[in-house]
Amino acid sequence: MNARLRSTISKIAFPAAALLLLLLLWQAICSFCDVPKFMLPSPSDVAKAFRDDWQLLMSHTRVTLTETFIGLFFGILTGFLTAVIMDRFSVVRKMIYPLIVVSQTIPTVAIAPLLVIWLGYQMLPKIVLIVLVVFFPISVSLLEGFSSSDADTINLMRSMGASRMQIFRYVKLPNSLGHFFSSLKISVTYAVVGAVVSEWIGGTEGLGCYMTRVRKSFSADKMFAVIILISVISLILIWLTVMLQHVCMPWDRQNKKNRS
Amino acid sequence: MAALEVKNVTFSYDNVTNVLENINLTLNDGELVCLLGVSGRGKTTLFNVIAGLNRPQQGSVLLNGEDITGQTGRVSYMLQKDLLLPYRTIEDNVILPLLIKGMKKREARLEADKYFAEFGIDGTQKRYPAELSGGMRQRAALLRTYMFSGEVALLDEPFSALDTITKGEMHRWYLDVMNNIRLSTIFITHDVDEAILLSDRICLLGGNPGTITDEIIIREPKPRSADFTLTDEFMRYKRSITDKIRG
Repeated sequence: MNARLRSTISKIAFPAAALLLLLLLWQAICSFCDVPKFMLPSPSDVAKAFRDDWQLLMSHTRVTLTETFIGLFFGILTGFLTAVIMDRFSVVRKMIYPLIVVSQTIPTVAIAPLLVIWLGYQMLPKIVLIVLVVFFPISVSLLEGFSSSDADTINLMRSMGASRMQIFRYVKLPNSLGHFFSSLKISVTYAVVGAVVSEWIGGTEGLGCYMTRVRKSFSADKMFAVIILISVISLILIWLTVMLQHVCMPWDRQNKKNRS
Repeated sequence: MAALEVKNVTFSYDNVTNVLENINLTLNDGELVCLLGVSGRGKTTLFNVIAGLNRPQQGSVLLNGEDITGQTGRVSYMLQKDLLLPYRTIEDNVILPLLIKGMKKREARLEADKYFAEFGIDGTQKRYPAELSGGMRQRAALLRTYMFSGEVALLDEPFSALDTITKGEMHRWYLDVMNNIRLSTIFITHDVDEAILLSDRICLLGGNPGTITDEIIIREPKPRSADFTLTDEFMRYKRSITDKIRG
């Protein structure tokens, strides 16, 4: 067995063992101390809730994921365009950058009901909320990436007669990729949470709606099930982002290998 | 014929204090001229003027007789740091100037591939800069500079970031490569040995504001071997230059 495989196994094995112990303890407390199910369901109750409601959970997941992806797409698009414009025109940057930062102090939960009033109960207000949430980390990190490009490299490109567009394409854009993926990892989880929160406020479909319903019927087991499901979805999205980064930044892979 | 002529160039960043004053410099076809001088005398500023990054207040820069003052993209420029883009393979770094000129990627790769062996970096095409040693990276950077323009190159302390042994190796390599390639070059250094070993002519840049104070012709025929640095002849050049720098 090689060293890398061994380190991977130990990386997974230890937290997995800890989790297993925790679950056993939890199960034992629920079984022996007679905790009411509506307050704290046992792990086996949660597992049962998963099994019973699987079909329903999946259909709600589909809705939430659709919102998440559409929201992510437009959030990244607007974030990217804003960053490009702010990088190109320093006047625009001076004007709107502080506003963007201040806008982030407004809590998501506060805007969600307003969006419902303005845009209705359909998918649109959810997507708009996700766009608002994703836009910030993406635009700020991209701008950071663009402007942290090495001044000497840009001078060298200029001496070669490169146009602004070429400098952007060959230097600034690749230079910002690392920043972009760091913020994308945060953004995907924000997007899922944004979707769920906006579904709480109003709507008929999605994991947030399901959550509101099971809460009102005191089905704590189903509540736990949907919370776990949302965590798993976020984890999978983060993992996908890491994979995407791996594919998009082959040099980074090489550099990491050299460093270790 | 002069490949490059710098005529009466005066430059100032703030229009108050001149950094360069009345610089005259001629680079003949296929010649290597060294700009030698202590730091902070405007050597790099002069390069920025020649490369078109800074526009001089007075004077002009002529490339093969054509006025190129303030124009970028005419002479190739290499800085002290290799400045290879870490996210592009060596091959894609080298073809960058060709891509900027509008050449297709495939064509550019084919064009550049001819020179990899000559520059002693064959086999590194698909590697990333971080995987190469400092000396190899500098070779790749020089090839990129060469790909930009086979006419006139400005090299700003290209070997100064390397350790002494690698530097010696690079000198041997450089003399070797330049044997086959006729590249008119201006070379900045503050290393007197390097200047004598590599150049046909040495221009001393000194004073404040900077100006060309002296010119020394190195008559040793080319191709030179690295052993040249061990001869009495070399020592005489070195003594005369050191005296002139001290004033």
